[in-house]
Amino acid sequence: MKEHSLNDVFWRRFRKNRLAAAGGVVVVLMFFVAVFAPLISPYKPDDIDRKHVLEAPSVRHPLGTDDLGRDVLSRMILGSRISLSVGFVSVGIATLIGIFLGAISGYYGRWVDSIIMRFIDIMLTIPTFFLILAVIAFIDPNIWSSSAIPGWIRESLKIILIDPNIMNIMIVIGLTSWMGVARLVRAEVLSLKEREFVLAARALGTGDMNIIFRHIMINSMAPVFVSAVLGIAGAVLVESALSFLGIGVQPPAPSWGNILTLGKDNIEIAWWLSVFPGLAILITVLSYNLVGEGLRDALDPRLWDMEI
Amino acid sequence: MTGYLIKRLFEMIPTLAGITLISFFIIHLAPGKPTDILTELNPKITPEARERLEKMYNLDKPVIVQYGLWLKRIVKLDFGESFSTDRRPVMQKIWDQKQSLLDRRLFITLMINLITFAIILAISIPIGVSSATHQNSLYDKLMTTTVFIGFAMPSFWFALLLMMFFGVYLGWLPISGLKSLNYDALPLLGKIWDRVSHLILPVFISAFGGLAGDSRFMRSSMLEVIRQDYVTVARAKGLPEKKVIYKHALRNALLPLITLIGLSVPGMIGGSVILESIFGIPGMGQLFFMSVMTRDYPMVMCILTIGGFLTLIGNLLADIGYMLADPRIRAKQ
Repeated sequence: MKEHSLNDVFWRRFRKNRLAAAGGVVVVLMFFVAVFAPLISPYKPDDIDRKHVLEAPSVRHPLGTDDLGRDVLSRMILGSRISLSVGFVSVGIATLIGIFLGAISGYYGRWVDSIIMRFIDIMLTIPTFFLILAVIAFIDPNIWSSSAIPGWIRESLKIILIDPNIMNIMIVIGLTSWMGVARLVRAEVLSLKEREFVLAARALGTGDMNIIFRHIMINSMAPVFVSAVLGIAGAVLVESALSFLGIGVQPPAPSWGNILTLGKDNIEIAWWLSVFPGLAILITVLSYNLVGEGLRDALDPRLWDMEI
Repeated sequence: MTGYLIKRLFEMIPTLAGITLISFFIIHLAPGKPTDILTELNPKITPEARERLEKMYNLDKPVIVQYGLWLKRIVKLDFGESFSTDRRPVMQKIWDQKQSLLDRRLFITLMINLITFAIILAISIPIGVSSATHQNSLYDKLMTTTVFIGFAMPSFWFALLLMMFFGVYLGWLPISGLKSLNYDALPLLGKIWDRVSHLILPVFISAFGGLAGDSRFMRSSMLEVIRQDYVTVARAKGLPEKKVIYKHALRNALLPLITLIGLSVPGMIGGSVILESIFGIPGMGQLFFMSVMTRDYPMVMCILTIGGFLTLIGNLLADIGYMLADPRIRAKQ
């Protein structure tokens, strides 16, 4: 048997699932569009052109113009950067919290476990969207560009292409969506912590944190990764809903959600403002979901003898 | 059964306490004092008046004491007065006993969600079952695709598209509110149709999203059940296929769905913010959004608490449903 046979099985299965593979292509394409947004967009996203307000799609403006004459395609391209960075960062935050709380909850058991599980119950009971809405509306929206934040943090945010004004949204979505990951990790840790390799590590005097994160977690990253991919889809949806309601990404910064707000305001005269940004959200979320489900199926050994 | 119920009710207490704790402390995230929003609108307010106001809301006491005092009031369902200009009691704005039942905010939100629930169940169970019994057929694939699109569809965008098509282009359905301006002048049947026609789009949209999850779940649950030995036994003893599927298999496949339904309550209540805002439906979600935007803290605290409480009730009902449906659990009690 070759050393990489498991990997090979996984990739063959993932590629065979044509829908998941198609989703993967879209995900990669979207990623490059987001990274190279300023190079690709035909116009500057903030260029106001009062002579060409609310123009239907044409050769000059393939997706039309908005109420200030700005090119919708260019705004959507930059919007993809904002939507995806919200998705990635918030899921990153949620995954880290989930791994940490889930791991210590499963490993230590007893009262640590009871407290964390009870906390998860509470978080799952309050309607998440209510919570997100209230927190985002209440905290100071300009905090990440104010002097309360050390200069080096502000500088490094710029380097990784994150607009400081959307930091709040990322953090709040992250803080309200870790519960699934925590439960998943807890279950994984519970099933692994009595296995021989863990007992061996403990017998050798390895510290708890070392055992949890270097021995146990490394063996349960696959389901966490799947849930992170699915989580990105969810976060993109939440961000677009918040921006649509006017409390997410604030204009003039473009986001798919806040272009849709203009679509709603001009619903009777400018269909293109409603149709295209929504389509972008739909395709992005759909692709991440397809990839996530594809990965899950490909990783599930119970399905390996079945044809997809 | 009664013993289990009592235990279950006691377990709700710490969760309920946690909900109130979060609902209470969330308003302290905002910079400044909660009463600032009342005083800053009125530049002529004297320092004494400001102090009196702070005393009224117990802001001169330590936060934990404030929480205790608030808790003491809300067990009597007294959530205080709204900060908005009408200064009405918060509970009255959610459940106004002077209005007809159909116009009370909490009732509107609950009604829309319950109708949606009923529709989701009525459609997703048959879809799930038939997808499972016809696994990998064209029908199954079509349904799976629809489900994935339903999952990914932003509800507010779907709402915009349908408003554009049925409301603006065809002009068949109203796109805002719960009743027309001339509602009171309509005959009884006209009144009923007026209400129904206002509900069609919002209910359809929220059902479409939920349909995806539940029918997918039903399909996989059914797929698992029809491979079980007892289904083979039922077939082997010569029962007609219909009876095997709908009596022996379906009953077992339904069990996990009950749990899923309980879990979907907070999502539906949260989602009502978006739909009610788009369609201008005067429910609890719309009120919550307006209260958040105007920093009407007593209102926000109240709706957060009620939202959490409704979820708890939903979970409890799901558990009871599970118990009633599954003889194995009943036997254990």
